[in-house]
Amino acid sequence: MSQTSCCQGTHAACTERFEIELQSPDDLVIALAGNPNTGKSTVFNALTGMNQHTGNWAGKTVGSAIGRFRHREHSFTLVDLPGTYSLLSQSADEQVARDFICFGNPHATLVVTDATNLERNLNLALQVMEVTDRVVVAVNLMDEAKRKGITIDLAGLQEQLGVPVIPLSARKGEGLPELKDMLLKVALGEVQPAPKLLPYSEEVERAVADLLPQVEPLVGGVLRPRWVALRLLDGDESVLAALEQYTLEPPRQIRSGEVVIPQ
Amino acid sequence: MQNVQQADTSALRDQMVSDIYARTEAIVSQTVTLPENKTQLDFDRRLDNVLTSRWLGYPIMLLMLGTVFYVTIAGANVPSGLLADFFFWIEGYLTAVFTWLGTPAWVHGVLIEGLYRGTAWVVSVMLPPMAIFFPVFAILEDFGYLPRVAFNLDRFFKKAGAHGKQALTMSMGFGCNAAGVTACRIIESPRERIIAIITNNFVPCNGRFPTLITLATLFMGGAVGLAYGSLVATGVVVGLVLIGISATLSVSWLLSKTLLRGIPSNFTLELPPYRKPQFGRLMIRSVYDRTIFVLKRAVIVAAPAGVATWILANIFVGDLSILQHAALFLDPFARAIGLDGYILMAFILGLPANEIVLPILIMSYLSTGAMTEMDSLAELKNLFLSYGWTWLTALCMMLFSLLHYPCGTTMWTIAKETKSTKWTLVAILLPTGIALGVCFLVAQTVRFFGWV
Repeated sequence: MSQTSCCQGTHAACTERFEIELQSPDDLVIALAGNPNTGKSTVFNALTGMNQHTGNWAGKTVGSAIGRFRHREHSFTLVDLPGTYSLLSQSADEQVARDFICFGNPHATLVVTDATNLERNLNLALQVMEVTDRVVVAVNLMDEAKRKGITIDLAGLQEQLGVPVIPLSARKGEGLPELKDMLLKVALGEVQPAPKLLPYSEEVERAVADLLPQVEPLVGGVLRPRWVALRLLDGDESVLAALEQYTLEPPRQIRSGEVVIPQ
Repeated sequence: MQNVQQADTSALRDQMVSDIYARTEAIVSQTVTLPENKTQLDFDRRLDNVLTSRWLGYPIMLLMLGTVFYVTIAGANVPSGLLADFFFWIEGYLTAVFTWLGTPAWVHGVLIEGLYRGTAWVVSVMLPPMAIFFPVFAILEDFGYLPRVAFNLDRFFKKAGAHGKQALTMSMGFGCNAAGVTACRIIESPRERIIAIITNNFVPCNGRFPTLITLATLFMGGAVGLAYGSLVATGVVVGLVLIGISATLSVSWLLSKTLLRGIPSNFTLELPPYRKPQFGRLMIRSVYDRTIFVLKRAVIVAAPAGVATWILANIFVGDLSILQHAALFLDPFARAIGLDGYILMAFILGLPANEIVLPILIMSYLSTGAMTEMDSLAELKNLFLSYGWTWLTALCMMLFSLLHYPCGTTMWTIAKETKSTKWTLVAILLPTGIALGVCFLVAQTVRFFGWV
């Protein structure tokens, strides 16, 4: 299954809604997500060198750095999202990260994880995979994990997740060429990740199934109905507000009382 | 949004979260192998038990802070002196060139006595401490110590009715208050965020550390004799930082009991693993990103300020220059709070950036004083002494610098972040009031008991 990123649309989305200037329409846009303290900024700096600046997104008070790099004749724009533990929109940081992955229409999303602390880090990766297929997971701080005697079965991890997994030691620059190659392939569609999304437990799945017929006509084609249904069950309505804010032509006006969450 | 009919889904939410966690756990258990002997992981835990312990945590923090300042103060003395020697050796040649060219005296005045001398002082007084302080501080940062500091301070902020994360934004303020104010975005509750923004100014930033360190070295260290001089100066700077932190906590407490009432919210603070600092990269980053940046800003603002100050000091209205008129006007008020008219003027003219307060002061003294030769740090002290300085003057200037209104950049940032004229005004007036009050009390008390 290789449906494209959840957001159909052009990269005008990036420039108009998130005030990110692309140098050319051919720029490949990569969103950079990760927990705090995973060396995300180190990865960002290692990829972009000094070629970066800090931006401030329209309507949001959360800043974000934007950097550029070239790889194999292609130019990339890397958008450094705020470090978050989840996409559940508990804070302004999380909303910004979620909104960009959903509506900024990046060509790929890179989730940086900490090899010494995968257990906490994979939660975010799994959540990002629910939003978009085009995910690359970088397992950073491999050198530190090695020093601590932690071994990671990377092939097994890739198998379990269904998306490319690249080992990194960003501080030493190890793994960067491989990472750039993989980002390019995913961005161009040469590699099509197929996230393995396991079903939730029975009651959640039942509630999703009940809700889906109502959500599908509202958000279909813009967001993944399943994901939106999950968010609504989550009690998070900001996703609908964001949908109205970020889509140029909302699929349909959502009126009060149209979506009824089954008890 | 009213689009969705409310329903209680909290049970489902909990189920979803635990489903995700279960999945992660399953993946990790199949792909990650932890070491047989967990010495490294244990090492982190054991270090945390010491660094964040209830009893040892605070003394260690003070010791670290003290060490950083001591290394800075003791290490900066010699290079500062050498730089000053060098610049004033050059000045001699420049003056000779001007004389040889036969340029008018006022050109020499503006360019050498104003521009060059002002800039030279900024560089020789500020560069060495910064070049030592920033890398040392960055090593602690890179090692992972700062989050432990936040952890230690968390309970104080809770008690003050503020957010624990304020410990982090406060720490950022040590670098730059404008950056600290921006960092307050990490605090979700608007009430606690405003408290953190208003009180960020009470920790000394890059721009004020050089002032504090220089004055402490000249007036507190020198008083005890050279052997213990640096140690005493260190104690004074640490003391000032503690006063700043106390001010932060008491004002936070006051605000949360009055204007910004509420209950502190909870949060989880993650303690990242300790990492071996990357010394090479740290050196480059802290020298380029911080030292050169701060110095550049100081020079860019100080150079024109030097010219302006020289002009103000050399245009005469009646018997006195404009500068002297202004200083004379401010003098009675300034004396009451332990300063003098020139110092208060320097603070007013230094509004754009705290870095230039001391340079402006030196320039105003130089341009009006009888002293023309400035070739060592001891001369700097003599200059101050010739204007009637005592240790009280130095102390009051340090306290005023620590507590007074935020610099122009920070004010602007506060206005932008709060989007409120009211809170911006509070953030300006409250510290100013406190600075005036504290300096007044200290000056009057010391004079009353006749300690100076």
